[in-house]
Amino acid sequence: MSEIGKAEPFNPAAAGLSREVDVLVIGGGPAGAWAAIAAATKGAKVALVDKGCCGTSGATASAGTGVWYVPPDQAKRLAAMQSREKLGGYLQDRAWMSRVLDRTYESVNLLAEWGFPFPLDDEGKDYRTNLRGPDYMRLMRSRVRKAAVDIYDHSPALGLLVDDDGAVAGARGLRRQQGDSWAVAAKAVVVATGGCAFLSGGLGCNVLTGDGYLMAAELGATFAGMEFSNAYAISPAFASVTKTRFYSWGTFTYEDGTPIAGAGSHGGRSVIARTLLSQSVYCQIDQADEKTQAQMRVSQPNFFVPFDRVGIDPFRQRFPVTLRLEGTVRGTGGLHLTDETCATTVPGLFAAGDAATRQLVCGAFTGGGSHNAAWAMSSGFWAGAGAADYASQTARAARRRFVRSAGRVALRDNGAAEFDPAQVTRAVQDEVLPYDKNYFRSADGLTAALGRLDALWADVRAAGPSAAQRVVRAREAAAMLATSRWMYRSALARPESRGMHRRQEFPQLDPAQRHHLISCGLDEIAIAAQPAAERTHQELAA
Amino acid sequence: MIELVSEARCITCNKCVQACPMNVFDAVKGAAPVIARKEDCQTCFMCELYCPVDALYVAPDAAQSVAVDEPNLAASGLLGSYRKTGWAIAVGAELPMDQSFRLAGG
Repeated sequence: MSEIGKAEPFNPAAAGLSREVDVLVIGGGPAGAWAAIAAATKGAKVALVDKGCCGTSGATASAGTGVWYVPPDQAKRLAAMQSREKLGGYLQDRAWMSRVLDRTYESVNLLAEWGFPFPLDDEGKDYRTNLRGPDYMRLMRSRVRKAAVDIYDHSPALGLLVDDDGAVAGARGLRRQQGDSWAVAAKAVVVATGGCAFLSGGLGCNVLTGDGYLMAAELGATFAGMEFSNAYAISPAFASVTKTRFYSWGTFTYEDGTPIAGAGSHGGRSVIARTLLSQSVYCQIDQADEKTQAQMRVSQPNFFVPFDRVGIDPFRQRFPVTLRLEGTVRGTGGLHLTDETCATTVPGLFAAGDAATRQLVCGAFTGGGSHNAAWAMSSGFWAGAGAADYASQTARAARRRFVRSAGRVALRDNGAAEFDPAQVTRAVQDEVLPYDKNYFRSADGLTAALGRLDALWADVRAAGPSAAQRVVRAREAAAMLATSRWMYRSALARPESRGMHRRQEFPQLDPAQRHHLISCGLDEIAIAAQPAAERTHQELAA
Repeated sequence: MIELVSEARCITCNKCVQACPMNVFDAVKGAAPVIARKEDCQTCFMCELYCPVDALYVAPDAAQSVAVDEPNLAASGLLGSYRKTGWAIAVGAELPMDQSFRLAGG
């Protein structure tokens, strides 16, 4: 499976910016920021690179999010775990849920210590279950800096570096605003590049193209739960704002104003998807009283920005809506973790946040930001600490002399012509965005899509190196293509409906399939079932 | 997507050049940044949030470019309105309290 044997020699010193660190963190969203802080706190020398800008990049920075913050009260914690187990198709792991609750509580309290402006309730006590994304990520950036971590913005990673033993040895990429390259030799690497939303235009999500998945897969990393990758968010048809929560107070209608039976934000989203296949769907947030309306405005101010700017009052006027694919950003599939340090199957490579699987805490479904935010801060913390511990094993220091570049697609000079990233991106989107292919899955649909995606992959891998001005887009296109294939292969291997994964021919959950699907490989994709954690009381009682 | 960099208001601090996650702007020595890759704009409003002088305007239409008129945007109060919506990051803004926790259900 691994492509290591074919990796090309690479000299980090030849790059425009060349650094040597203990831990390199790729991605500057919440998971990456927590990872960098945790690694630096352990005494590691740390660098953080972001494709965009640490502080504004990613799904968290441009929105508000809930946090799964539950005080350490045994009954409350148990209730918090039980409340989502059915929704998640019983694929969660109580041990992981419990440690995420512990870690999230500690981390959110740290935010308070660091001066995060939490709101006060009527008794003057601060309320810690919501974070405003821009404020949260600005604070995280300043804490990363304070921890003496070097941040490199607008520095997309193109591929990982590997040593002769197959352990990760750093990464290389471009500095877009300087017009040159970077190379960071590192003893351990944390992939915190987020999920893959296939450039579907959801708020802040166009930077999330599965880049880290591709890089890790080129070193032989495996994935878990990639079938749980078809989350769709409601948004105004014309706008990017995918804040789904307020649609609970909405009424969905046909063009003529007749309510659509069964359509709703919760439980009725598939009705919206089915209706959108043939006609427009409208919504009006008409079930919120005036007090609620006022609270909505100050809670999620960005929800109203598109409406205010086009002159629509969403409480009193109908507006067209669409469903935008959020892929693995709100799905739960991602890099497979092998232990509690968030290590992957590649030595020295750790994964955190949406880049890693969230099945352990969310199972087959995440209803929103709350658990994802908790997972980002917890897994980021563990991955950073784990990477620092791994790096401190001094025996690994000498490896850098034998560094090779593991990145292949769009990077390897094989004399062939480059592929067109825009064309490949559109071809992938044609297979993953349509509701009749990805929302409502079937063996026929998945098999046909995979035939086209596999053929596309064969073309892309045979193509030559992309020119510098197109190589980032080319790697993104290849990453989305690879992601779509793990996603549909896994979906095909799960002939049942569980969580967000729905198979037309198998509308019910099959208790015999209570397992995780592990996928791996780039040219040939292999799928294996792995038993889920011990059955929960909830399921036994159900 | 991003439709306006007001040359009259811009103080060439280039904060938008850094803040844009999609690298849409190019810095220009001694002048306002230019919108160099408008088609990459993801309509996330982060540039507006980080602009200290309200010189930027992101139209809500994420799929296509629309014409905007700076005097009209300024007169209607839309220019700079994103910074007044309540994120604490907005420099000097009065902060309405986050009321998310009061919203039952959802």
